[in-house]
Amino acid sequence: MSNEKKTLLVVKDLKQHFPIKTGGLLNKKIGAIRAVDGISFEVKEGETLGIVGESGCGKSTTVRSIAQLYRPTSGDVIFEGLNLCEAKEKELVLARRNIQMIFQDPYASLDPRMTVRSIISEPLVVFNKRGLLDKKLTKLEIEEEVERLMERVGLNKAFKNRYPHEFSGGQRQRIGIARALALNPRIILADEPVSALDVSIQAQILNLLNELQKELNLTYIFIAHDLAVIQHISTRVAVMYLGKIVELADSADLYDNPAHPYTQALLSAAPIPDPEIERKRQRIILTGDVPSPDKIQPGCYFQARCPKRMPWCTCHVPPTFDLGNNHKVACWLYDEKDYSKISKEEAQADADKNKTEVK
Amino acid sequence: MKDNKQPILEIKDLQTHFKTDAGVVKAVNGVSFTVNKGETVGIVGESGCGKSVTNLSIMRLIPSPPGKIVGGEVLFDGENILDLPESELREIRGNKISMIFQDPMTSLNPFLKISTQMIETIRLHEKDVDKQEARKRSIEMLKKVGIPAAEARIDSYPHQFSGGMRQRVMIAMALSCNAQVLIADEPTTALDVTIQAQILELIQQISKDFGTAVILITHDLGVVAGMCDKVCVMYAGKIVEEAYTYELYNNPAHPYTSGLIQSVPRMDTQNKQKKLFSIEGQPPNVIDLPPCCPFHPRCHKTMDVCRCALPPTYEVSEDHKVNCWLYASEEEKAKAVADAAKENDK
Repeated sequence: MSNEKKTLLVVKDLKQHFPIKTGGLLNKKIGAIRAVDGISFEVKEGETLGIVGESGCGKSTTVRSIAQLYRPTSGDVIFEGLNLCEAKEKELVLARRNIQMIFQDPYASLDPRMTVRSIISEPLVVFNKRGLLDKKLTKLEIEEEVERLMERVGLNKAFKNRYPHEFSGGQRQRIGIARALALNPRIILADEPVSALDVSIQAQILNLLNELQKELNLTYIFIAHDLAVIQHISTRVAVMYLGKIVELADSADLYDNPAHPYTQALLSAAPIPDPEIERKRQRIILTGDVPSPDKIQPGCYFQARCPKRMPWCTCHVPPTFDLGNNHKVACWLYDEKDYSKISKEEAQADADKNKTEVK
Repeated sequence: MKDNKQPILEIKDLQTHFKTDAGVVKAVNGVSFTVNKGETVGIVGESGCGKSVTNLSIMRLIPSPPGKIVGGEVLFDGENILDLPESELREIRGNKISMIFQDPMTSLNPFLKISTQMIETIRLHEKDVDKQEARKRSIEMLKKVGIPAAEARIDSYPHQFSGGMRQRVMIAMALSCNAQVLIADEPTTALDVTIQAQILELIQQISKDFGTAVILITHDLGVVAGMCDKVCVMYAGKIVEEAYTYELYNNPAHPYTSGLIQSVPRMDTQNKQKKLFSIEGQPPNVIDLPPCCPFHPRCHKTMDVCRCALPPTYEVSEDHKVNCWLYASEEEKAKAVADAAKENDK
């Protein structure tokens, strides 16, 4: 069924590196934080792609690079046939009409000096002035549109002259959603929209996002670190680790048959609110912390913490293997060849040989 | 087994109020619960419900003014902490009851080495320990909480540690004086899931090894399900339900508790319904709450009596207490409504 749907967004080998500079007079570049390091995926119309991962794995950078808030170091982001990375300013502005973001912190993402009306109408006013809307709107029409949006996201339209500080966290997130909807976008990039909210409010916002998707045929890229939230909202899920996608699969498939050892550990570590299940579960407890993304590693990025590590993994970066059924995983365990018996020396020798060949 | 449990910390009708320009904020408004030796008690609730203030009040760490503990008792081993003079209080703080805070980034001093901070803690509480011995003990504690190469790492500064490691250091410091009660205020909220699993495992292990009682404050119902023996659910400064963990999850009595449990998306349910149950509306403003059930505007089982009188505590079953009019008899409800009407007429 999913094959019939149109592909809306293609991301190809996207890289986003942030330079580390010495500062001072010379300001030499001494390295780079490889926040996003070569990721590729496609997003189909009407689906929700969930991105999970621990802090610092590059989830937020990914969506910001897609929206061109950072100019990517290399790679392509193709939205409806237009490569955003190479697009001119004017084309980009037009494309942005269809790509909107919702941010994590509803306290920091709204200007405290603007009223709700001016926050929600700002995108409309800007595009209207430049004549980029389908038809020119009058002030009254914009006003009506703001009221319609506020009611749609569950805010009383009588509050349009109030300031953000007069609202609670959940209501502010609704303002953020109304602002994102103002230009009638095709795709919404939601960067942890519910993680700053309380449980009872979180459910309200998740339900609202679901309703809007059905009503307006929206496509979401949804970031969260809470695996249960991702499962609830997503049709497909990408798991990220240190700037790379380690596993990408349909939501049901990923949660039933996690393939990558990291995904398995993540799923087993996420608490389930039921004491009987929670206490009987076998947890895979990972040791150690996420390493810093400032070096190129010769082997698999996860190998230092992996419970199923083989000598082969320390010096070979795993490619992406297709397990069928749209399930992709970057782990040597799923290659046809069995690497578990290869000793450290042999693996190292093989890696060295490859290196010289490349040279 | 239940019978030979000894209470180590009893909180009785604790009230902490804050004076603000807008009125008196009754952050904690009559909270009572008991912690037994070696037991883990969870306190759950949304932000602003008074979880943290309750526990700061136990340690008397409320900044005053504007805050003030206006009533109630905190009995530690039978002694009321609230009546003690400051000097005796210092004997208990850190020594017998210690605390882990939410944010491991800000609760360590960035200017001092880990060793300095740990040795200081130990020597403050046990005056006869010399520096060398305190250092040895710190290294031992760091090893216990799973810091690799503790001998070398003890001379690092906090910024050289990651979030999970800093939280381990905090736990090591909190336990270095063999405290009998450990108050953990959202110890894993700032951490990732895999690190969270490590830290929770550690707290559980330590509680078992040392027989430490733990008060775990959290908003994550999943964490509570895995860790706690007993759970208190707080709403607007009051405990609305208290029960053993299994009982609470199987038979939530208060509409708020059942709403909370249903509104969390769950990973393990196969046929997930697309729409989540959600509690409508916002948590109430705790300034000048009227004398009625604070949850009634959001409750889906509201009755007339909820709007005019505070619900008393009922025992639904043994050790399962709930504050809700649903469990009252008809006469009781009628009487409460009549009383409220009389009060209004005056």
